[in-house]
Amino acid sequence: MDALDASVPAISPRRPIGASVATFRALMGSGFRRYATYRQATIAGTFTNIVFGFLRCYVLLAVAAGAAGGAPGGYDARQLATFVWVGQGLLNVVGIWGWGDLADRIRTGDIVADLVRPVSPVTAYLAADLGRAAHALLTRVGPPVLVGALFFPLATPSRWQTVPLFAVSVLLAVIASFTCRYLVNATAYWLDDARGPLMFWTLGSGVLAGLYFPLRLLPDWLAVTLWVATPLPGLLQTPLDVLIERDQPALQAGLVALQAVWAAIMLALAHWVQRRAERRLVVQGG
Amino acid sequence: MGELRAYAALFGGRLRSATAYRTSFAVEMVTNAAGTLIDVVTVFVLYRAAASVGGFTLDEALMMTGITAFAFVLADLTVGNIDQLETYVRTGRLDAVLVRPLAVLPQLILADLPLRKLMRLAVGTGVLGLALARNDVDWTPARALLLVTAPISGAVFFGAIFVLSAASAFWWIDSGKLGHGFTYGGRDFTSYPITVYGSWFRTLFAYGLGFGFVSYQPALTLLGRADPLGLPSWAGYLSPLIALVVSAIAAVVWRLGVRHYRSTGS
Amino acid sequence: MIEMRELRKTFTVRVKAGRLRREKREVAAVDGVSLSIARGEMVGYIGPNGAGKSTTLKMLTGVLSPTSGEVSVSGLRPVPQRTRLALRIGVVFGQRSQLWWDLPLGESFRLLRYVYRVPAAEHEARLRRCRQLLDLDAFLDTPVRQLSLGQRMRGELTAALLHGPEVLFLDEPTIGLDVVSKQAVRSFLGELGRTGDVTLVLTTHDLADIERLCRRLVVIDHGHVVHDGTIEQLHARYGSRRRLVADLDVPLPPGFTLPGATMTSTEADGHRVTFTLESIAAGAAVAALVTAAQVRDLSVVEPEIEDVVARLYTDVSGAP
Repeated sequence: MDALDASVPAISPRRPIGASVATFRALMGSGFRRYATYRQATIAGTFTNIVFGFLRCYVLLAVAAGAAGGAPGGYDARQLATFVWVGQGLLNVVGIWGWGDLADRIRTGDIVADLVRPVSPVTAYLAADLGRAAHALLTRVGPPVLVGALFFPLATPSRWQTVPLFAVSVLLAVIASFTCRYLVNATAYWLDDARGPLMFWTLGSGVLAGLYFPLRLLPDWLAVTLWVATPLPGLLQTPLDVLIERDQPALQAGLVALQAVWAAIMLALAHWVQRRAERRLVVQGG
Repeated sequence: MGELRAYAALFGGRLRSATAYRTSFAVEMVTNAAGTLIDVVTVFVLYRAAASVGGFTLDEALMMTGITAFAFVLADLTVGNIDQLETYVRTGRLDAVLVRPLAVLPQLILADLPLRKLMRLAVGTGVLGLALARNDVDWTPARALLLVTAPISGAVFFGAIFVLSAASAFWWIDSGKLGHGFTYGGRDFTSYPITVYGSWFRTLFAYGLGFGFVSYQPALTLLGRADPLGLPSWAGYLSPLIALVVSAIAAVVWRLGVRHYRSTGS
Repeated sequence: MIEMRELRKTFTVRVKAGRLRREKREVAAVDGVSLSIARGEMVGYIGPNGAGKSTTLKMLTGVLSPTSGEVSVSGLRPVPQRTRLALRIGVVFGQRSQLWWDLPLGESFRLLRYVYRVPAAEHEARLRRCRQLLDLDAFLDTPVRQLSLGQRMRGELTAALLHGPEVLFLDEPTIGLDVVSKQAVRSFLGELGRTGDVTLVLTTHDLADIERLCRRLVVIDHGHVVHDGTIEQLHARYGSRRRLVADLDVPLPPGFTLPGATMTSTEADGHRVTFTLESIAAGAAVAALVTAAQVRDLSVVEPEIEDVVARLYTDVSGAP
């Protein structure tokens, strides 16, 4: 039970910042290493990403060829291809699917081991998730982008701000994605079984984050509503739009700011829900 | 006879355990149906941007989407959960299956039968119905027969692909995601006119792996359209044959897989 | 009932050789095991982790095919005749459940009747007996996933017996059980063994299981059988001796000897001594000691099977 290791230093306002950063980094490292051991699964997943890259890219290019003006949703062919291939890589970095760890730990009661640690579970899991994302960034983005570039003409950024803005946007996407998944998993504190919510999430997140088609293909009112009222376009659509320079610099920055607002709201929500859940556990004894 | 009753009992057990938790079962049913709906909505969204994709109108493309939706859903409902084989091999639960007096594949299929996917079948049927309503099919006895054989053969075909993908876990435990490229990837491939794909990719998937005969060719024949890619119209009737061939391959690979498991354990 | 002749199972493992290269190497998990087990025997099959116990059991049940050698169970060859054999054997894998997770325990039993095609009357009779002996009634309506480990194991045993198998294979049946459940499982198996109808092969880490249940003990290490016989024979062969431990009012005089025994330790400034009895009977040794010294308390300690087996493993492995 290394989970009960009490020597983990605390992240708390009373401790020197340096120690908290060190803890956070150590937790990130553990997330990174954990995924580094699944080498075969990484290879299999990459292959599948590439197959879906081809499928989605060909279909969107055919849509572009058939669309009036050749630019459906305001994207030209190069931008669409880039959208698809970078999206296939980014999908794993943002990691919208396949995380039920927390729900499992809640269901089995192992979560108690996380609660006795001096680090809030939200912070600890966020750090581990950033480590996971870093691993995916190094291993999962390159191959699909490379294959995409070999078979299709891709767009390259023309403005210098695009690159740093994209980096910030990806980080915000990872945080927002993590908090969404955390909240979905946390339903297990109240329900017997988080399978239903997890399925809803898997189902809705892909399409509403812009994985299946760029959300700009939807009617304007619907697209705007999604952007403003949900964090979901911030998971994939916004970073990709930033990278392929779909909009003017000011609007780009505005979309990333919106992402930041949503990430902050969701993080606060995750902390709040966690505190509620802990109080409930204390009162009812699990 | 006794064996059939044994399988029936396994099915009954599955039915009862699926419905033991009614609320979560209902939630899963609805979610699953919505999943298939999203695939279809995607087709509509894309056609909102373009009147013609790959040389086909929305209504024509719906014929392909409809056949695929029905065929894939039927396969997914019956044998889709065979992709759990990976877990069975990893945890050693396959050993417990091997010490029962029944064949391995039917046991695994029945033990995990994903009844929650039942509602998808309604959605799949609905899409196929919609496609028939929106196209002016010139009905002949041959076309009527095709309307029955194509979705069923498609289901058999996808079922075989599910088994083949899952069987890879006998040799490579972490292969799970690899199979999705062919099962879910095959579904996506066959949901659109294959004219949209680049030539080598299309040749590989449509003719090399046989996905072109699942919905594209039968849909052309139903619509009475000549194939822009040059295959004759009787190619639309080939799907039962292709399904049979792929099933035979799947059966052989499955047997080899079980034998391999027996020699290596894992 | 069970015949194994020169049974071998090798696995190919890839070992790292250098930075990128990986070499294939053959490892024999079971290396030439020959055993013959008669109807009604109860055999304990033990060995350290990785000795080849589970591999043997898997070959006997048709889960694994042997690399070479012959094996027959109940007159059938396990792999080619797997489904026929399955009707005649019962298997309990301590860690892997045969039961339906989401269904009440009783429901699993009902389903197994169809899976094994058991006539209703026979099924009913066997179930009734198990219910009595294993006290199942209290949790027959509880879903399996809510059962405690001990309850589940009693369920697993029942599930393995409902079709009246001739041979019962038990892989670690008492692993992780509390004392009471262990006791229940052991006495049930003992009861089963007394009827003499069922041949029982049991792997375990808990040697108490073997002491209570099995006349015959087979020890396997590194794929080889290193002992096949009774527990007494094991003691005799590995020279396990009884010990005499005495508490004395006055320490023994220097140079004191007990013929046929060796003093192996003295504690508490000579107030407690231990003799290992070699060629002297316990009674004679006690008499000799009582006349020679002022004995306050005295006990004869039986050899522990754990000690013997631990010594056996280290002997064979060549470790100190």
